[in-house]
Amino acid sequence: MSWILALPLLIPFVTAIAVFLLSNSPKMSARVSLAGSLAGLVAALFLFAEVASTGVVAGQMGGWPAPFGITLVADMLSAIMVVITAITAVAVALYALGEIGAEQSRLGYHALFQVLIGGVSGAFLTGDLFNLYVWFEVMLISSFGLLILGGRPEQIDGAVKYVALNLVSTILFLSGIGLLYGETGTLNMADLSRVVAEHPDQGMMTLIALLFMIAFGVKSAVFPLFFWLPASYHTPGFAVSAVFAGLLTKVGVYSLIRAFTLIFVSQPEVTHTILLWVAGFTMVTGVLGAAAQSEFRRILSFHIVSQIGYMVLGLALFTPLALVGSVFYLVHHIIVKANLFLISGISQRMTGSGELYRIGGLYAAAPLLAALFLIPAFSLAGFPPLSGFWAKYVLVKASLDADAWIIAGVALLVGLLTIYSMTKIWAEAFWKDDPSGRIPKAPQDGPPLWPCYAAVVFLAVLTICVGLVPGPFLAFAETAATQLLSSDAYINAVLGAQE
Amino acid sequence: MEPLLAILVGAMTAAAIYLMLDRNLLRFLFGLILISNAANLTIFAAGRLTPGKPPLVPEGADAPLSLVANALPQALVLTAIVIGFGLFAFALVLALRAYEALGTLDTTEMRLAEPREDRDAP
Amino acid sequence: MKSIILIAGTRLLVALLLVFSVYMLWRGHNEPGGGFIGGLIGATGFVLYAIACGTQATREALRIRPEIIAMVGLGLSLGAGLIAGLFGDDFLTGQWLFIGGSKEEGGFPLSTVLMFDVGVYGVVMGSVLAIVLALEEEEED
Repeated sequence: MSWILALPLLIPFVTAIAVFLLSNSPKMSARVSLAGSLAGLVAALFLFAEVASTGVVAGQMGGWPAPFGITLVADMLSAIMVVITAITAVAVALYALGEIGAEQSRLGYHALFQVLIGGVSGAFLTGDLFNLYVWFEVMLISSFGLLILGGRPEQIDGAVKYVALNLVSTILFLSGIGLLYGETGTLNMADLSRVVAEHPDQGMMTLIALLFMIAFGVKSAVFPLFFWLPASYHTPGFAVSAVFAGLLTKVGVYSLIRAFTLIFVSQPEVTHTILLWVAGFTMVTGVLGAAAQSEFRRILSFHIVSQIGYMVLGLALFTPLALVGSVFYLVHHIIVKANLFLISGISQRMTGSGELYRIGGLYAAAPLLAALFLIPAFSLAGFPPLSGFWAKYVLVKASLDADAWIIAGVALLVGLLTIYSMTKIWAEAFWKDDPSGRIPKAPQDGPPLWPCYAAVVFLAVLTICVGLVPGPFLAFAETAATQLLSSDAYINAVLGAQE
Repeated sequence: MEPLLAILVGAMTAAAIYLMLDRNLLRFLFGLILISNAANLTIFAAGRLTPGKPPLVPEGADAPLSLVANALPQALVLTAIVIGFGLFAFALVLALRAYEALGTLDTTEMRLAEPREDRDAP
Repeated sequence: MKSIILIAGTRLLVALLLVFSVYMLWRGHNEPGGGFIGGLIGATGFVLYAIACGTQATREALRIRPEIIAMVGLGLSLGAGLIAGLFGDDFLTGQWLFIGGSKEEGGFPLSTVLMFDVGVYGVVMGSVLAIVLALEEEEED
């Protein structure tokens, strides 16, 4: 049982080692990286099928029983996140064939990328708070390496802010773990779920919960802790920022969801009210920040912030339908956002800049790219019948059901402003002519462009599929939400698995 | 023993926050290192202090013979120290690179990735 | 910085530190010690060598790039965990092999736990050396 849980972690690490030993041959390492990502996807799908058919799957590494050993556990949410991580990994590894040159390959892009994927999958699968911390650090170290790969001054500048604020969050997380262990004597999440609920000093538990909220809040870039994100995400290479944009903040959101559905649920009138305010402000500040920007990836970066607000909104409302919305939004957002960053990469290759006022003419020069941009852009803004529409529809309906009129209004208004930003990118980069009169064209030298297009098409097709046939995806999200709200299955799977 | 450690952690955190409020990146990092050690001490103290009884299993036995110190927080702290070591080694190299690339360690002057709007105006 | 005293002392100390690091790795099986502390001590030996004789000489003495040592170490550790799968156990479960007789007969025990520790030794030594050598070279430029 435990192998099916361990494989989505093992495959990226084994691939990382293989790729590192091959780093002198850029072509081979890129291909091995892609093959490893595909293998990871297969393993993730197996895990998903297992979870979908038998419910929560838990396993103990090394044969030590829970709550003492290293627990890996996959409920529906974890399984969905692992699959979507693997999908992003495949898309970005494919894109990397067309972006990562010999120099970046030699510096270890592919190995770091695989370690990052392993870290993200580990964070989704672990059943132990301290291991979550360790996986966060695995992710963090590899993302540091990816962020400064190449070492341009802007990258260093962005990395300083990214590193500084993420290290602060790490330390808050660690302090929270220390205090929680001191109070409860356990760090196994299933065990904590029972112990925290029965703890006599609920005020102390809420205090510790707030410490975790701030730590995860920095990771998931919610208001007012998001400043590192728009300061750094537009600086590294596109194959790097796409995977960052797709996955990293979502690990924070996942941790928030996990902590505030499984462990800290005894005083929701405090914790979840704070989350609701945070969600509202995150949506608004993110989208307003995006409206003020004029660089392709900086607009998208601020939109990540604004979209994180939607996911936190679902968690804050804490009703079954709202959690369905959150889970669905996570999935939709990862696909769409990674895709938009990849498209911005192709656009920069063809126009030579990311500054929207300096570029133009992409619609005439590359109509296919323009069409491919419209799919995720409309989806992000929430046009039916694309995936974003269903995600927003469920969340707005959930807020109306919960009589949260104001936040529903905010969510709708933010959707409208999202359209404004997407229109700006469309009008400036695609529609208007290039101000200097040059026709966008990819330079002949350098890696081929087709893998980039293939990755974008792959993600765009997924967006359309989720949009046209939302039924099964909503059903999966519903199972996930049910499991989140009644944590008995999770607890029994972990603690009952010891016999 | 615990109150003493609590005061120590408090003092370290206070000093660390004072350092972290500085604009100088290097002082910020020193503050961060200090506060991370405060966090490690917190974990260590959270496992309750049992002085003079190391958690060692004598030869031939399967379990410790008497009450021993809690080994788990020590393992956690060790892991945290190792991870912290790696992160701060990276952060210090980054600070060095930042000084070379940007010519300053003053964080308010680091605006290369986020240029001020007025500088772009003609 | 060239110091005769340091270079002469280093010759003795490096050998001593490396032997001691392996001893620590070995001892860690049942007593305090282990791959982590062993790797650190081993790295200290090479760092001392780098201070005395320069990074170029250290890289030649290492023969392999420290990053590769770290990656091979990671591979060893992962491999130790994977071996458990061959015997139908959970990932990372320790597997034992007794050479020349069973446990009771006093056979020589070999285990995946040791292999895991050797891997940790490699990871720690390789990554510490990679960081330190990179920093030292930065200064020399």
